[in-house]
Amino acid sequence: MIDIWLYNPLLPQLSSLSIEEPEDAELAYTMRDLPPTPPPRGASVDQYTTPGRHTPVVDREPEGTGPGMRRPPHTPGGTPLLSRTKRAPLEGEFEPLQLRKFQLTSMGSRSMDSSPQSRPRSPWGHFDPYDSAEDMDREYVGFATLPNQVHRKSVKKGFAFTLMVAGESGLGKSTLVNSLYLTDLYNNRKVLNAEERIAQTVFITKHTVGIEEKGVRLRLSIVDTPGFGDAVNNTESWKEIEDYIDQQFEQYFRDESGLNRKNIQDNRVHCCLYFISPFGHGLRPLDVECMRALHEKVNIVPVLAKADSLTPAEVRRKKMKIREEIEKFGINIYQFPDCDFDEDEEFKQQEQLLKDSIPFAVIGSNIQVESKGRKFRGRLYPWGVVEVEDPAHSDFLLLRNMLVKTHMQDLKDVTRETHYENYRAQCIQNMTRMVVQERKRSLRDRIRSESSVDFPMTPLPLAPVDRETERLIWEKDEELRRMQEVLERIQEQMQHGQKPDY
Amino acid sequence: MSEVAVPEMMMPPPAMPAAFQVEKPVPGPGMGDFSYVGIDAILEQMRRKAMKQGFELNIMVVGQSGLGKSTLMNTLFKSKVSRKSVQATSQEKIPKTIDIKSVSHDIEEKGVRMKLTVIDTPGFGDQINNENCWQPIMKFINAQYEQYLQEEININRKKRIPDSRVHCCIYFIPPTGHCLRPLDVEFMRRLSKVVNIVPVIAKADTLTLEERDFFKQKIREELRANGIDVYPQKEFDEDAEDRMINDKIREMIPFAVVGSDQEYQVNGRRLLGRKTKWGTIEVENIAHCEFAYLRDLLIRTHMENIKDITSSIHYEVYRVRRLNENNTAIAHANGTGQILS
Repeated sequence: MIDIWLYNPLLPQLSSLSIEEPEDAELAYTMRDLPPTPPPRGASVDQYTTPGRHTPVVDREPEGTGPGMRRPPHTPGGTPLLSRTKRAPLEGEFEPLQLRKFQLTSMGSRSMDSSPQSRPRSPWGHFDPYDSAEDMDREYVGFATLPNQVHRKSVKKGFAFTLMVAGESGLGKSTLVNSLYLTDLYNNRKVLNAEERIAQTVFITKHTVGIEEKGVRLRLSIVDTPGFGDAVNNTESWKEIEDYIDQQFEQYFRDESGLNRKNIQDNRVHCCLYFISPFGHGLRPLDVECMRALHEKVNIVPVLAKADSLTPAEVRRKKMKIREEIEKFGINIYQFPDCDFDEDEEFKQQEQLLKDSIPFAVIGSNIQVESKGRKFRGRLYPWGVVEVEDPAHSDFLLLRNMLVKTHMQDLKDVTRETHYENYRAQCIQNMTRMVVQERKRSLRDRIRSESSVDFPMTPLPLAPVDRETERLIWEKDEELRRMQEVLERIQEQMQHGQKPDY
Repeated sequence: MSEVAVPEMMMPPPAMPAAFQVEKPVPGPGMGDFSYVGIDAILEQMRRKAMKQGFELNIMVVGQSGLGKSTLMNTLFKSKVSRKSVQATSQEKIPKTIDIKSVSHDIEEKGVRMKLTVIDTPGFGDQINNENCWQPIMKFINAQYEQYLQEEININRKKRIPDSRVHCCIYFIPPTGHCLRPLDVEFMRRLSKVVNIVPVIAKADTLTLEERDFFKQKIREELRANGIDVYPQKEFDEDAEDRMINDKIREMIPFAVVGSDQEYQVNGRRLLGRKTKWGTIEVENIAHCEFAYLRDLLIRTHMENIKDITSSIHYEVYRVRRLNENNTAIAHANGTGQILS
């Protein structure tokens, strides 16, 4: 059946992933290489029987046992994969037509006696978990393609990620962003000189760029904070940032509670890279205050900027100092999620390495440099060349891997589940309190004036506050107020009573 | 694809060794792993998360008793997920009202875990007077939406709201061979607005191929004539590719299925089937019946789509209706009589 449906033209490109990327190595157990051609339809059934195959019993318990649990052995994967990548044209238009023609002829011959494979060529191609010849025989239900279905939909929709960069000017924020995503977001920047910067206040700018790689589209938004820490008096310079983050939460909250939820744009800030200057001794007071103001609203990832001005020993010392200070001041930076027990050792080691490298000591560069016959992004000094992507020179690669390859989804999840939910809970409580106070006030007015009042309706999403409960709340509030007045009076009396003693 | 910027460049000092050169940056894409950021790794991250979380699927089966609903569920998921509601006793007990029974199972295949819930409706269409027999079912479906809505508007929400909304309703059409019965039309018309309906022709081994085609055509005509939109709904096709795929499916519904939970030996293989004197019907043979297509549609290719339509369209319709109801209720309670948006 599936062969009738269009063979997904995106998939041939994905198949090339499995050769290059080491992360995909662990996928090999669940993914099978597609055999070069689908088994011919009219072939006799004997081809498919494997001797000594264990037949699944029908009356088995559904709880997790059964043929699904056994891991079928590898099929020879070398040649089929190569032939796939050769065959897959970039357009993807020719392949589906051929397939469809092939299958249509077999559809016509419905009066065959032999039973053909009920599992024809699937659109998942390389990612089909049921591809080995052994699997074709076994009696699988077939829902292990679910993760593929989910990510097929997401690939169509595309992803969005918002990254905020905060820190003083001149720390290399824009250069780092360009290096991270290989873009040119800050093409024609005009850097203001000192006089112009005195009077400047902090303002927020947002650049959006669409990046596409191997069929996956990402809408990347970078929120920049020029003017931060530039003024002579920097108190409250983080207020703009806080307000911006809150604004994004509020807008999302309104959209989510609204009536039309089809195309909600997620502009919430998923991650904030905070740049710490390498020239001081650890964190400055401004850094501490700013991070403390933001740590409950956004995932903070501290970054040690311009690390090429430090020797390795200095880097180590500074990192330790910064880590201590972060703990001392109780700043909650983004925590990497703990690994499960069944993750492999390499993954766990990677995670541990990440945890130990906070804050990431990074170097960014917009220029390509050539050395020893290779071209790379780097910085050229008379005493040597710094390579941005060399793990020995800086933590840039670690940061990029974390941001893009391994933790992008987690950053979005933590933003969505923790920071946004906190904001939402607070918001609803504030609104309820406001509404109750309004009701109190207007009930009082109504009692006084006996005229009907227009209640200012805040857009409360289905708050189940009916008249009974409101009245009760109001009564209790009045009681509390009265009791408080009585208390105050008693206190005053006590004070008056005590006075003559002096 | 993006390009690397050309910033102001300093003139290299004259003492520069000749081996180093500073060049103008060249466009990124295709230049080895220079320009490869690795964004597509997010797919792997999503996969991992999905595998950890597991999936949920709620299927409802509706049809008169004896049409093979439970057997079909067992065949679909290859395990006893649904117990036959009527025992083979001399006195068959038909419930007086429609009972809604929901049974959940956790099944796992190749590392993917799924919580499957089968909602059975014994007693549907079995009374003498079947008017309003769809009401308990509609009430049940709406109750699931309501439960999800309450969870969603809670102040302290759970991380993953348990999804008990009915994703798909398989409606069993008896193989009369002529056309749809009024009960079928009534039910499907009402329910296609709140849930995805997949109509199937039950016990299709009583129809020959020609009769089957004729029956299907009649059914399709009647569905069109009554304005009943079954899954995959035409209006929810997102792009041309989807439309092409779904058009092909729409040409084949309703699927003529045969269910069986017994295995027989055919040509040296053990297959699910029904054995009669004139031959053995193989359930998974697409030349015999369309069970394989139904299974592929439901499970292998369109499961996410079904869930998506349920959550983003049917549920949203319900939610909007409820929100508007609530607003008018508050307005009335305040004595203003004004409808505030």
